[in-house]
Amino acid sequence: MQTRKLGRGVAIVGAGMSKFGAFPEKSSRDLFVEAFSAMRNSVDKSLDPDGIEALYVGNFSSELFEGQGHIAPIIADWAGLTPCPATRVEGACASGGVALRQGIIAIASGLYDVVLVGGVEKMTDLPIECVTDTLAAAGDVLYEIPAGFTFPGFYAAMATAYMARYGAAPEALMHVGIKNHENGALNDKAHFNARIADIMARKKARAEEKGQPIPDWADEMAFLHDDQANPVIAWPLRLFDCSPVSDGAAAVLLVAEEHARSFTDDPIYVIGSGQASDRALHDRADLTTIGAARLASRQAYDMAGIAPADVRLAEVHDCFTIAEIIASEDLGFFPSGQGYKAAEEGATARDGPRPINTSGGLKAKGHPVGASGVAQVVEIWKQMRGSAGARQVAGDVNLALTHNVGATGQTCVVHIYERR
Amino acid sequence: MSEETFTSAAFYRFLEEHKLMACRCRACGTLHLPPRPICTNCHGEEIEWIETSGQGTLRAFTTIHVAPTAMMEAGHGRDNPYCVGIVQLTEGPSISAQIVGVDATRPEDIAIGQPVQVVFIERGEGEEQHTYLAFRYGGASQAEG
Repeated sequence: MQTRKLGRGVAIVGAGMSKFGAFPEKSSRDLFVEAFSAMRNSVDKSLDPDGIEALYVGNFSSELFEGQGHIAPIIADWAGLTPCPATRVEGACASGGVALRQGIIAIASGLYDVVLVGGVEKMTDLPIECVTDTLAAAGDVLYEIPAGFTFPGFYAAMATAYMARYGAAPEALMHVGIKNHENGALNDKAHFNARIADIMARKKARAEEKGQPIPDWADEMAFLHDDQANPVIAWPLRLFDCSPVSDGAAAVLLVAEEHARSFTDDPIYVIGSGQASDRALHDRADLTTIGAARLASRQAYDMAGIAPADVRLAEVHDCFTIAEIIASEDLGFFPSGQGYKAAEEGATARDGPRPINTSGGLKAKGHPVGASGVAQVVEIWKQMRGSAGARQVAGDVNLALTHNVGATGQTCVVHIYERR
Repeated sequence: MSEETFTSAAFYRFLEEHKLMACRCRACGTLHLPPRPICTNCHGEEIEWIETSGQGTLRAFTTIHVAPTAMMEAGHGRDNPYCVGIVQLTEGPSISAQIVGVDATRPEDIAIGQPVQVVFIERGEGEEQHTYLAFRYGGASQAEG
């Protein structure tokens, strides 16, 4: 594999996101404006919106979710950017990460100096079975979906393959959910801004109010084993193994490296970028890993000239808890078959040696699919600049990584960031 | 064996005849399932149909409790989960399919690596009736009603 380099340096000088959650009165454009405003307020010096030369926006399926196609120029208009070129980028749940990469390439090519990258998805208007069908459109609708697969089903199948090979138990997955909710509880933009213990307490209080028997879960694990409180969605994945259906948007401002200092004295540099594709899940030799993620990360590490051990912190694509464990192996943080042990031992906790998903991840922060890959960058931006508040990791975060997966890994994007 | 082009429409027409058809690259011998018109190994376009044995092993599975609308219409859902899996045929290629002959409420009893045998499921009525690919867990072959 040939090591690729960017044609010129690219820096992030602003990043922001909307609140993630279920917002019946907000459309995609409203969500994006909220993210755009947050991004604008994050620019340390000044940003003249007329200086934004192009917009790349990640969005999976505004047609099916909202009945609105051709969303990029509308998004640009509502942010006050017309007539800048506005391009929608689609890569299923990696739409945001692929949009980011297109923005990086546009600047590295020399075509533009200032590019806005966004991601948005408005998912909660549809009833849940229609959401299931819409997400299934990211699978192979000729062969995988007629078999009866759903998205939780795909990742559950990877989980059974992983468990059979490495001897992991469903409890390992539960540790990922508990950890990501711990982090999400410290993120006021998160869809689930609560620890699982908080959710248990809320359920007990509600039962008491209604005069129903009060559940007596001994601890979070007991709650997560309760078939009523945490029902199976696709075995072994239960409700709390799945990221929620969310509305939300995120935005980051990219500039050519030589212009970074006119926006901030503390830019974050993009030093590695990789992307790969893969076939349907059944057409892969190994179901316990996501090959495109391995390829994309190798490209990004080579471009950056660093090794996995150098990465201080990562936001990875935990659409399901098993996905975070597999990601932690695909990215080279742990050997194959060891990721579940690392999760059980707390190695990926905020105060562990390898913090993963300090934002709460897709699990707790929420997963408005087109926005997720860009919202990952918002967390990296905050953590690297020391502005993540109560969830700030200790020490100097000089190197960080984002990992964004589309569908079951048909599209994977990995980026590496440096603070100098 | 057939002049059918290597499309999903042809694959499902064979399935209606209770044949699980794969295709083979005449240049390098690579087998493909589902069928495809360009070989992923050598990029060759000289492809031929072959009928598979329908025998394989279970590589991965899940039991689905929150069903898509198509499976809800077939009577599945929270109280009636179904099993879906990835099967590797003895000829080599793998395919997604429903797994029957298991108790989908007892996933702990389903084991990866077990033999499976192709069966053909009819779902829907009238013009909406189609044949779907499935495999019987444990390998005993029989057509499904």
